[in-house]
Amino acid sequence: MNAEYIRARFHQAYAGFNLDVDLTLPNRGVTALFGHSGSGKTTLLRLIAGLDRATTGYLEINGQVWQDDSRCIFIPVHQRALGYVFQDAALFPHLTVAQNLAYGQKRRAATSREADGTPAAQSDDLVELLGIAHLLERRPATLSGGERQRVAIARALLARPRLLLMDEPLASLDLARKREILPYLERLHATLAIPLLYVTHSPNEVARLADHLVVLEKGRVITQGPLAATLARLDFPGAADDDFGTVIEGNVQAYDTRYHLLTLAFSGGLLRVVHEPMAVGQKLRVQIKARDVSLTLTADTATSILNVFPAKIIAEQPTQIPGHLLLSLDAGGTALTARLSHYSYEHLNLRPGVMVQVQIKAVAVITSFAFMMYAFNGLSSFA
Amino acid sequence: MADLLPVTFFTLGVALLSTLLIVPPGVALAWTLARRNWPGKSLVETLVALPLVIPPVATGLILLKLFGRRGPLGHFFENTLGIEIVFTWKAVVLATAVMSFPLFVRTARVAFEEIDPRLEQVARTLGAGPWDTFFSVTLPLARRGLVAGGVLAFARALGEFGATIMIAGLIPGETITLALGIYHHVQLGQDNEAAALLVISIALAFAALWLSERLIRKTPAR
Repeated sequence: MNAEYIRARFHQAYAGFNLDVDLTLPNRGVTALFGHSGSGKTTLLRLIAGLDRATTGYLEINGQVWQDDSRCIFIPVHQRALGYVFQDAALFPHLTVAQNLAYGQKRRAATSREADGTPAAQSDDLVELLGIAHLLERRPATLSGGERQRVAIARALLARPRLLLMDEPLASLDLARKREILPYLERLHATLAIPLLYVTHSPNEVARLADHLVVLEKGRVITQGPLAATLARLDFPGAADDDFGTVIEGNVQAYDTRYHLLTLAFSGGLLRVVHEPMAVGQKLRVQIKARDVSLTLTADTATSILNVFPAKIIAEQPTQIPGHLLLSLDAGGTALTARLSHYSYEHLNLRPGVMVQVQIKAVAVITSFAFMMYAFNGLSSFA
Repeated sequence: MADLLPVTFFTLGVALLSTLLIVPPGVALAWTLARRNWPGKSLVETLVALPLVIPPVATGLILLKLFGRRGPLGHFFENTLGIEIVFTWKAVVLATAVMSFPLFVRTARVAFEEIDPRLEQVARTLGAGPWDTFFSVTLPLARRGLVAGGVLAFARALGEFGATIMIAGLIPGETITLALGIYHHVQLGQDNEAAALLVISIALAFAALWLSERLIRKTPAR
């Protein structure tokens, strides 16, 4: 139990850049490897999978050493209990969906002696969860992009991985397909018992899916840590984007059916959002865009803004837009980012260290129906 | 006219045997050319393609020097294995195999190169070892290209003349194929016999090419 983490250390020179990372990652939940194209995030994922080999590397998953070049250890890909989902699904075109799903399942079943649970029932649950039961007899060529990606995810999970790797699984899909598949990923997030490393360049996907965030730039880790705190750092590469937002996680404290109003208790106070009913005590993650956060020095009760809670200004930073400022705030341990006009900042005499009241309209809080899937307790954990 | 059927069957048999002989090494070589980088790769590539461009008679002469009694390979085959090659039916198979090998390798290589390498990689991540991956993913996906290459090699073998006549000679009942037969009969002034063999040659070549087209077009059952 003392080795419940992923340790990845790689050093490798490439044509354009040097990859140089030394990471210790949690062994549960979703870790996003975030960075712009060319930052080395896919390269890192392939090294972890063993699809490529760094000359100097060390990789340990839950106490199992997969690569240690100082001891000449390199477990070949097919002997690593991992699942890998490529950007474009990479389904076998000569096999049906059912045969694609069975491909890894039967190979790993033959080698793995650590069978737990009932694989057949598990595979039915998974097929159900990903909504692909009606596709089993079809050929990959006849599926939509979103369907293909869901089959690829199911195929990877059925091979009983101890680590799941996804390389921008949504990047090749259009917006509608992304919207279609994100809820499934969120459901997975809620039920998955193994760590997931998720490569992406989309701050939005990070906010919706990740628990832990690693930011890569030019082959180096520039920052990493728990999601909410890392997102709120002003040097986060997506922070200057117009629709950038941070996340607040909390537990449901009350639900008012008349106004469809859900009260969420988080470390900085209470947050009220318009939402579908949820049972008290359940977890909910919501996203708050930096430009939906306003600040005031005194809490005004005669306002339509439902959420007002205290926070401290930690830092400020100009944005690409002249006249806009980004502020990082600390609300009782929850980090937030606010986008303000430079005028307001000076007019209110704000500066780092000042206590302010944060105001967020209840209707500006971004929730997703799929976050409800945290409530989805009917399923046992996979893998 | 009595030799029509035996010559036809001999030619078909030689073409079939030489195709069967070149497929396993051809698949292996095509795959390593398509998927691996190794020192000397371009040299091997060029060497294999050589019979396509140099005169077949020259290829035949090289084979004759290599496999003749005093040639290094011929010496080995005759003294160690007790197999005599030159001026026997085996020489015909050897000549047709060498001449059609590059055609098969080229087609097979393209077939392998057209497979998305990620499909092989994803098979590895799903627990398939290198051989398992090759037989369960690579080979099925390259199948149509490989069959087309095989039919092409077979058709080329049916018509081989230059290299064959150098290493196998014109020995009635032993080394005479359709192509050699046409030449033989024309030399002897037997134009009717030559014409008959010509018709058979065209018919076989037509059938082989038609078959390969059909095989390439045919999509796997849904």
